Amino acid sequence: MTSAGAPERSGTTRGGGTLYRGDLGMWSWVAHRITGVLTFFFLFTHVLDTALVRVSPNAYDAVIETYKNPVVNLFEVGLVGAVLYHALNGIRVMLVDFWEKGAKYQRVMLWTVLGVWIAVMIPGAYFMLVRTISELVGGH
Amino acid sequence: MSLALDKPRQPRRPAARRSNGELYSWLFMRLSGLLLVILVLGHLFIMNILDGGIHRINFGFVAGRWASPFWQFWDLAMLWLAQIHGGNGVRTIINDYARKDTTRFWLKMLLYVSMVLIVSLGTFVIFTFDPNISN
Repeated sequence: MTSAGAPERSGTTRGGGTLYRGDLGMWSWVAHRITGVLTFFFLFTHVLDTALVRVSPNAYDAVIETYKNPVVNLFEVGLVGAVLYHALNGIRVMLVDFWEKGAKYQRVMLWTVLGVWIAVMIPGAYFMLVRTISELVGGH
Repeated sequence: MSLALDKPRQPRRPAARRSNGELYSWLFMRLSGLLLVILVLGHLFIMNILDGGIHRINFGFVAGRWASPFWQFWDLAMLWLAQIHGGNGVRTIINDYARKDTTRFWLKMLLYVSMVLIVSLGTFVIFTFDPNISN
């Protein structure tokens, strides 16, 4: 984001650079884009793997086994985290757009998004990983 | 202080050829987003967290779910909305970052082809799913 004419916040530029270093809101927007693109690419893969139910039960079960691999399991936690952020921040964007006090409370809402994200991800990650971890540790 | 303003009734103003496409795209992102919050978070909760999560998923599990028109419709709606919502988001990103017109054109063609492919394939699979297919 080095577009000419982007507003610079006085006192925050280093070495006369023209890089726009926005507020927290800019990072929420960057994270929204990244999580959205990652989810879209996953969706492409996911429809292809699910389409194997039309080929044969064995083909589908074989590919679903890879989803149960410990490393892939960790990526699933990442996927859920990405989608959850995108969903919560999306609600915040809608409130900023449509709620008369949305712009005033956008900052509070971003902290709320992060708070809810952590509150959901802690038990969520636990339930997603508990079996994988117990199998790795217990050798079951 | 002199301000350079267009005269109010200048004969050549660009407004005439404007379309509302980007407005509808903006509105669609919000409406579909609202539905997707429920559809996708529900899907992730059922598939990844509830009752053993991913470890209980296999062909039989899918067959059991798609025996119900409710879940068929859920998945169909999710497929279409997510693909158009995500595709529209990627279209915006291509428009933002592609520098050359040819790059922008071909990236968007690739995007549209992949969207049509995924929506068609997914719809076909949901409507023609056969629980008794042979191994």
